[in-house]
Amino acid sequence: MNSKQKKVLYRIIISAVLVVVVSVLDAVLPVNIWVLAVLYLIPYFVIGYDILKKAFKGILKRQVFDENFLMAVATVGALALGDFREGVAVMLFYQIGELFQSCAVGKSRKNIAALMDIRPDYANIIEDGQLVKVDPDEVETGTVIVVNPGEKVPIDGQIIEGSTSLNTSALTGESVPRDAVCGDEVISGCINLTGTIKIRTTKEFGDSTVSKILDLVENSSLKKSRSENFITRFAKYYTPAVCYSALALALLPPVVNMLMGNPAAWQTWIVRALTFLVISCPCALVISVPLSFFGGIGCASTNGILVKGSNYLEALADTKYIVFDKTGTLTKGVFEVNGIYPENNFSEEELLYYAAYAESGSSHPISISLKNAYGSQLDLERVSDIEEIAGHGVAALVDGKKVCAGNLKLMKRQGIQVITEHDEGTAVYVSVNQVYAGCITISDVVKPTSKEAIAGLKQSGIRTVMLTGDTAKTAARVADEIGIDEVRSELLPADKVSEVERLLSVKGKKEKLAFVGDGINDAPVLSRADIGIAMGALGSDAAIEAADVVLMDDDPAKIALAMRISMKTLRIVRENIVFALAVKLVCLVLGAIGIANMWVAIFADVGVMVIAVLNATRALKLTRS
Amino acid sequence: MKKTYSVEVDCPNCAAKMEEAVKNTKGVKDASLSFMTLKLRVEFEDGADVDAVMKEAYANCKKVEDDCEIIF
Repeated sequence: MNSKQKKVLYRIIISAVLVVVVSVLDAVLPVNIWVLAVLYLIPYFVIGYDILKKAFKGILKRQVFDENFLMAVATVGALALGDFREGVAVMLFYQIGELFQSCAVGKSRKNIAALMDIRPDYANIIEDGQLVKVDPDEVETGTVIVVNPGEKVPIDGQIIEGSTSLNTSALTGESVPRDAVCGDEVISGCINLTGTIKIRTTKEFGDSTVSKILDLVENSSLKKSRSENFITRFAKYYTPAVCYSALALALLPPVVNMLMGNPAAWQTWIVRALTFLVISCPCALVISVPLSFFGGIGCASTNGILVKGSNYLEALADTKYIVFDKTGTLTKGVFEVNGIYPENNFSEEELLYYAAYAESGSSHPISISLKNAYGSQLDLERVSDIEEIAGHGVAALVDGKKVCAGNLKLMKRQGIQVITEHDEGTAVYVSVNQVYAGCITISDVVKPTSKEAIAGLKQSGIRTVMLTGDTAKTAARVADEIGIDEVRSELLPADKVSEVERLLSVKGKKEKLAFVGDGINDAPVLSRADIGIAMGALGSDAAIEAADVVLMDDDPAKIALAMRISMKTLRIVRENIVFALAVKLVCLVLGAIGIANMWVAIFADVGVMVIAVLNATRALKLTRS
Repeated sequence: MKKTYSVEVDCPNCAAKMEEAVKNTKGVKDASLSFMTLKLRVEFEDGADVDAVMKEAYANCKKVEDDCEIIF
């Protein structure tokens, strides 16, 4: 609680005590009505003086239809009619509700700030051999900064000395620390865990990852959802409408009564009108909708999903088509050995050994993936006479044996009989001393979570489409493996835009289309889709810029998670809107016909707001389903 | 041109009214106020005098909600 809230709390306690004291006094002693009025006015002014002041100022500025005015009129009216206790109680409960709301909002603000507590306060630079703490803003690109264990990396850069492991959980939601060694690029916002490192900065603070993310999250609630705009528009008409209805309720029935020759019953109808005013306060609605979205966005951020606006969080729930880019999104985008098929009594290890040594002279991605699969350090003494045969492969002497590694054409040229042909990805056939040793297949591997992610999306009735520049065969193999609905292959970057446009034109009006890419070369598609989702975007400025939703790590399962958060948030928003409106409407009717009294009215105002705010804060937490 | 300002305001409905008031200020193309982050983003019309427009916007906000501040 801040000092302003504490002050209100003290006022609430003081006036509550006073009301109880005066009520007891009233019950046990015969107190004169005027004395009683004065006694009740003390707690009334303690609790309500600021509301009365604001209402008065509002009248002077011709801004009468606000809550302060509603409360002032309702309570002054109740006091004037002799319902002293009700008058004070309405003001008291109104303030309790306001305090509660202010605390709840403050708490969510703090929660979000804590989630996003990645803003570095300083950077360490070396000046005359001494470590000096400076404002990250003042560090120029190319400066060497020192990050000690426990400190945040303040600015993006490259490690030039030392090695450590970094905690990236604030950025990606990933709890396993990431190892970083000399030469690695590090991004700001990570927490250095184990060793002191020196970093040469490659960006200014303002352009660093941490600044971009903070900016993005802080501004996300400025892009308002349809529900928020609806509520604001609604409140604009609702408050005056209710005020005029209350006025009509106070005047019309007594006048009609008089015309009919019955007693006017002014007091009854004025009390009803005041009850009406208390019920009508639009706070519950106006606060709960943005609070829910704010919570939803906060919840997404903790899970490494940055949503750039409430409108996008809202749109995610209506997504019916998700278009994926293949490489780097559903697949890892790096080549890996994924099949070893030895023949003629060679073992898997031997096959890999010969292939890795034969290819040891090359830096081609295929060779690198073979070396990676082999694992151990290569002893280059063992290999000689490496001969690259363009378009075919390589031949070399390994341990004095002639090894050939390459495609089918190479085997044919060498007159070697291949036993089984493999067509997944790229196949490397190997022969040792003119004997066929087997085949190693290398391809871009599907991410471990892709299949599960696609299955999850299909279960929610979403049509999945994959776009790729790769050949139809490779595309079909990946699509088969992960179970995607539709594939378009051999596309140029421009074709991807037209493909997305085609899908946009066939989908239903309320259905949304999301495009998921890794941010490399697909910025135009990201901005063309209803929702552009960039994946593994850490450090890729273009993607953070072009996308509406940024997945900090590269796990496709996060898409389903984002949609779940979106749906939950929207459900809470709908619950709040329906609940608040329904309770208010029922109470308004009951109030107008005289069944609901001031106490019901207080519940309809403060109680509904408290429930709506509590419900809204649920959006911050992710429930496992 | 777009600029972001910090604001102080206590109730969400007042924030909505302030947003409306800023939007209706001359020289302002669009405005958005987030009650959750207490931030006001103003998009100015081309060639608008930012300081003068903000003064006017602040006065307009004060008219609809006395208990508010814009830090600019």
